[in-house]
Amino acid sequence: MTAVRFRRVLTAPIIAVVVSLTIASLALLVAGYNPVVALQAMWSNLDGADGVATVLNYGARYYVMGVAVAVGFKMNLFNIGANGQYQIAALFAGAAGGVLRLPGVLNILIMIVVALVAGGIWAVIPGVLNVTRKVNIVIATIMMNGVAAGVIGYLLRTKFRDKKDIMTAHTHTLPAKSRIPNLNRVLRLVGYHLPSQTFLQGFLVLALLVGIGFYFLIYRSRFGFDLRASGANAAAARSSGVDPKRMVLTTMAISGALAGLAAMSVLLGEQFEYGDRFPALLGFTGITVALLGRNSPGPIAASAFVVAAIDQGARGLAIANIPQEIGQIMQGTLLVVAVISYEVVRRRNQAAAIREAADRTSLGAAVSGSSLAVAP
Amino acid sequence: MSRPSAIELRDIVKRFPGVIANNGVNLTVELGTIHAIVGENGSGKSTLMKTLYGAHRPDEGTVTVTGVVQDFKSPRDAIAAGIGMVFQHFMLADNFTVWENVVLGQEPGSRFRLDRKKAIARLRELSDRYGLHVNPEAVTSELGVGERQRVEILKVLYRGAKIIILDEPTAVLVPQEVEELFASLRELVASGSTVLFISHKLDEVLSVADAITVIRTGRTVAEVTDPSTVTAQDLAELMVGSELPSPQTGTSTVQADQVLCLTNVTLREANRALLDGISLQVRAGEIVGIAGVEGNGQTELLECILGLHRPESGTIELGHTDMSSVGTRSRREMGLGYIPEDRHHDGIMLSAPLWENVALGHQTQAPSVKGAWIDRLGLRSHTREIVERFDVRTPGVEVAAYALSGGNQQKLIVGREMLARPKVLIAAHPTRGIDVGAQATVWQNLKDARAEGLGVLLVSADLDELIGLSDTLLVILRGRIVAVLDPATTTPAELGSYMTGAREGGGLAA
Repeated sequence: MTAVRFRRVLTAPIIAVVVSLTIASLALLVAGYNPVVALQAMWSNLDGADGVATVLNYGARYYVMGVAVAVGFKMNLFNIGANGQYQIAALFAGAAGGVLRLPGVLNILIMIVVALVAGGIWAVIPGVLNVTRKVNIVIATIMMNGVAAGVIGYLLRTKFRDKKDIMTAHTHTLPAKSRIPNLNRVLRLVGYHLPSQTFLQGFLVLALLVGIGFYFLIYRSRFGFDLRASGANAAAARSSGVDPKRMVLTTMAISGALAGLAAMSVLLGEQFEYGDRFPALLGFTGITVALLGRNSPGPIAASAFVVAAIDQGARGLAIANIPQEIGQIMQGTLLVVAVISYEVVRRRNQAAAIREAADRTSLGAAVSGSSLAVAP
Repeated sequence: MSRPSAIELRDIVKRFPGVIANNGVNLTVELGTIHAIVGENGSGKSTLMKTLYGAHRPDEGTVTVTGVVQDFKSPRDAIAAGIGMVFQHFMLADNFTVWENVVLGQEPGSRFRLDRKKAIARLRELSDRYGLHVNPEAVTSELGVGERQRVEILKVLYRGAKIIILDEPTAVLVPQEVEELFASLRELVASGSTVLFISHKLDEVLSVADAITVIRTGRTVAEVTDPSTVTAQDLAELMVGSELPSPQTGTSTVQADQVLCLTNVTLREANRALLDGISLQVRAGEIVGIAGVEGNGQTELLECILGLHRPESGTIELGHTDMSSVGTRSRREMGLGYIPEDRHHDGIMLSAPLWENVALGHQTQAPSVKGAWIDRLGLRSHTREIVERFDVRTPGVEVAAYALSGGNQQKLIVGREMLARPKVLIAAHPTRGIDVGAQATVWQNLKDARAEGLGVLLVSADLDELIGLSDTLLVILRGRIVAVLDPATTTPAELGSYMTGAREGGGLAA
């Protein structure tokens, strides 16, 4: 039974990985590169403490972003604006932390709260447009990405700018005490020493908590039931007492807040200021990760680390003189093939379940029903 | 030698994985007759029709059409052999005219030109010859149900069908329309066609069929060549293989206390009144039946009570509390149960396991939740109880709802609502699509709950069910209550004439 269940769960991802590796290899061959050399180069960049730490750091970030998007996807609410929400949250949190400079942990907490609130509000705006004016949520959230870029461009160059730096635009750099401590010290306690210049971000712990919270919220709580019901059958959810408008607003707020939280990985763990060097498309990576992970807490984690590993591997391609874009081809094909094979496998499993149910219920009735033939 | 039969099926066996849908069906349909096939839901009628129509091939047995043994590989072959099928659910494009719908796929004229005149002329000819009274140039969306059905019949005649199969043709019709349909069928037979129709409305079958075949659990159990020798009761017992249940409720259990009261409820959409000043009252222990042709405001009425629509004026009271302005959730928490008209639309989450479906609509109360958390153990054991008491055929409570047949899904929904012990139940077609045994269970549960003081507002298309179960009958027409009737003295035919507006007012007190 477990073997069957395992096969049902794992078939699609394995097909997806094999097919995307094949397509990436073909792309390499067509471009005149040796796929074996490329894969070796990618692997060499993953091998070792530095590679693993980087994958974990980026994976944690992608994970929280993936969860942010998945919360909406669970109720068929397609928040394509996670990127704008994340950027807005990073800007306001960075500005607040850089200016306030409260002592120690307090500053960190304030910045996290600001990020949650800013990301949440930015996501609720399209939600309000949706429930009051029936504006399509996909379009509204995409447009808000553009609005975010404009707002950020303006504020970063005026009010929030660190005027001392005339070369690049960024917020005031955070004091050392306002950064999330890394886990190197914890590792040292258990006797593992990371090489210098390699850090394992403390954000990893936050990501783990987000994952646990996501699971309990979605699968165990009453709110999560309402949310999943809205996704599974909106009309049925409504008849069951779910207020669809409130559901849209709440879910958008949670989604945006989590997108804002993901920004803290960069702000408080890596760059310590918000500026032009901030990753530009993290929100879209979140969409990829959520889709690959089918919006479930465990699989999203797996896909977050796979995507992070491909990123990290691709950075190693430069050494072998192979364009890094091959990593994007791999991620793209992985996503497309995964979505297709999930659907194929889902249909097969559904047909199997229907057969199984028919098998175990009506066979007896159909065959053992009395054959008392009456002729008039 | 005598002339061959129109259709002859010998020892048809059709297996699906895990189910033997047909297990030795024999059927002989004589040319120029109306032949009825009766059987319960799930007895194998539909499988048999699909075999005849070439939708699938039987595993064993032979199909002979007008003396020629046939092996249909697709519906195309069946059409070529002169067989036409009229499905229960009409397949007409609403924005097309009648003639456009009929010729669709077989347009007269050349590749680049559609010969409109020829199409209309041919349709008029067919319509006149078979007495179908269809105007080829009418727009389909403006036609009533009965007319649409005649368009479907025209469609198969246009394709040259000599043998016409109708799947439950009367399910969607009111009594007057049924009479018209039967007149058309007699015309068809008189001009040489053969009609095979599936039904489980036995009175109708007896009134129109020249011969009847009864199917039970995939086998032919009886062939009636002279319907005047049998009664509906005989047929029903053959179908079920045992004594029949009846919806009769027996003595009145109506108490004085009101549990649901609507006063002057009006709902408008784009200046059209969907509900027009509806007032009604349901008391504890009372079943109030709403009769009406589909689309006269029943759906909107139930949705207003549930809180999905906010009426423009009027009040809705649950118990003695005015609920007009509170949300659906509060109404359900106050003890409002709901059996929806279309379970797939708003009654069930197909991809979710049964136990999650049982929480739907009750997710704020025990045994679904403990505080803010879903009570998985409580739900599972509660679901097992529903499965057992309502005879839901399922391998377990973990399977997804889509794995169950429609009837079993319906039983799960009815069980979910009944076991939540509501004070008021609004039920739309509670026994639609479930077999006679399960129907009896549902009726019994409604009766028991009624005796314990449940008030029910019942919408049903099954007039016998309405008359049998209700303590009071209301007739709804164009969003208005047009008659209040005593079910004890009302016949289905009378009810039908109120439903269509042929009779007005009257009854107890309008």
